[in-house]
Amino acid sequence: MSNRLINVLVPVISIILGLLVGAVVMLVSGYDPVAGYTALWNGIFGDSYAIGETIRQISPYILAGLAVAFAFRTGLFNIGVEGQLIVGWFAAAYVGMAFELPKIIHLPLALLAAAAAGALWGLIPGLLKATLKVHEVIVTIMMNYIALHLVNALIKVVSKGGFKTDKIHDTASLRSDFLSEITDFSTLHYGIFVALFMVFIMWFILERMKLGYELKSVGFNENAAQYAGMNVKKNIIMAMVISGAFAGLGGAMEALGTFGNMSTRAGFTGIGFDGIAVALLGANTPLGVVFGASLFGSLKYGANNMPNAANIPIEIVSIVIALIIFFVASGYIIRVGLKRIGKKKEAK
Amino acid sequence: MGGFLDILYFIVPISIAYAAPLIFTAIGGVFSERSGVINIGLEGLMVMGAFVGIVFNLFFVDTFGAWTPWVSILAAMLVSAIFSLMHAVASITFRADQVVSGVAINLLGIAIALFLVKMIYGKGQTDFIQEKIPRFNIPFLQDIPVLGPMFFKSVYGSSILAIAIAILAWFIIYKTPFGLRLRSVGEHPMAADTMGIKVNRIRYIAVIISGGLAGMGGAVYAQTMTNDFGHATINGQGFMALAAMIFGKWHPIGAMGAALFFGFAQALAISSSGIPFMENVPSVYLYILPYALTIIALAGFIGKANGPKALGDPYVKGSR
Repeated sequence: MSNRLINVLVPVISIILGLLVGAVVMLVSGYDPVAGYTALWNGIFGDSYAIGETIRQISPYILAGLAVAFAFRTGLFNIGVEGQLIVGWFAAAYVGMAFELPKIIHLPLALLAAAAAGALWGLIPGLLKATLKVHEVIVTIMMNYIALHLVNALIKVVSKGGFKTDKIHDTASLRSDFLSEITDFSTLHYGIFVALFMVFIMWFILERMKLGYELKSVGFNENAAQYAGMNVKKNIIMAMVISGAFAGLGGAMEALGTFGNMSTRAGFTGIGFDGIAVALLGANTPLGVVFGASLFGSLKYGANNMPNAANIPIEIVSIVIALIIFFVASGYIIRVGLKRIGKKKEAK
Repeated sequence: MGGFLDILYFIVPISIAYAAPLIFTAIGGVFSERSGVINIGLEGLMVMGAFVGIVFNLFFVDTFGAWTPWVSILAAMLVSAIFSLMHAVASITFRADQVVSGVAINLLGIAIALFLVKMIYGKGQTDFIQEKIPRFNIPFLQDIPVLGPMFFKSVYGSSILAIAIAILAWFIIYKTPFGLRLRSVGEHPMAADTMGIKVNRIRYIAVIISGGLAGMGGAVYAQTMTNDFGHATINGQGFMALAAMIFGKWHPIGAMGAALFFGFAQALAISSSGIPFMENVPSVYLYILPYALTIIALAGFIGKANGPKALGDPYVKGSR
């Protein structure tokens, strides 16, 4: 069995295993797995409205996945996507409501603000990693909580003691009457094009730019990159900044497209953590992230149909997603199994 | 001066109550990470503990009466210890990325707990428990002037247990053969292996201990603070315990101290509006204090915080 085939098979097997274990969980807890997965399917593809909402859900997942994947390629684990997304959400919502500008300036400005806020939130762990060798995992986790509490406080300030920001002006909105109408008035917005454009940007940086070459070199072997004359510190900081910018744009999807404002939050959105799953499943490649995001975005949105249609708690899908992460992470054992099967066949 | 003391009498017991669950969980983290296994999954293990603690309490309150909260903590400890086996199998035997596996544990913990809550109760949160963790007045000590009312009057039994566990953990890790082995497999597993120490077995035990302690932490939090279980019952306490472990430099007593300090910050954040001098400090500073301090500690501004050397590396026999 070739390595390339195994690399594709590991995520596929993980998805199948995840869905199977999910079915067993449903069966054991007295629910009908067939009815459950039928409801899930209909929740994703049932009608044009569902499809529109599913695609809308996929957009932030793509960006969160890109953020995690981009950092991974430089050998960094950015668990802080959640926090970067939250600050990006707030920045976009604030710029969207506080300024009055023509659309051609306002919308790009709001997107830029979100990217800049996310980038700033990535810069701090990047700087600490590059200059003081502080492990980015812990710093980004802490930055998540700082983002959550800080943004909650800022929302209070901006709304003069309220719990949500004012709605953004239409000039900053990603909403699209056209997309909404062809999907039976879903909340589908132009964000998906922003997300797909960023997929292209990530591919372009990694495959067509000197910067991307250096970033990947640092990811493969820091010492070799250093020896070859690359500035490892600069590359680590750049990787975290770009990763944070992707995550911040993920927040802009929510601010400028789906919600049009931001409310104070008791907890995280979960999109950032699911982004880890997306990147992992997509093997940290731009195209892989699109597939991973499509799968998890669909599962997350489709799950909303499960309580009504099959009377199964929505959390079953979170269980399945967690299991898929678990199996992909344990890819080593799947590889060992696959190699063994391959060897047996060769022996015959 | 009298006013100041009154504030302390008010705030110190709340701080300790908030700190106790963090102490349990942070000590759990110390065990796991000292053996070389990163445990980001503490949050998920705490969620599981809180869920089991509350549900067990609700179901068996008639059987165990006043002892219910304690038996519930025990049940939570067992279930979370078993749950942590998943993390152990993935990160030790299957050589999974330990951070990713921990993230999966976090997602899985809250998903399973909420799934079961909806299945059992048909709504997003459980009922409220009737038997809570009791408070004690410690005889003699409570009569000490100043310190008595602060530390020894109407303290939760679980807080006393937490401090006892921290001291016990210190004894185990630094004064017993098992502790020496634990530390050695976290620093240099190959050297430990050549001395005949079963590296993976020690790591399994350490992860299971961390699961059990995080489960206790969750059950204590739920049975002292919220008294029911819902999606926001455990909301970052696991990560704060992780922070306490790092701030305490992977040392049980240090972790306890950090947890007490973070508990103090939390207590200040929720009650600052009622305290003179503090009412003008926006509570957001107090909320982010533990996290900001952890970053500062890691950056080396408050002494150097260095983790165990082999942290995060699966041990593969024969590789160098």
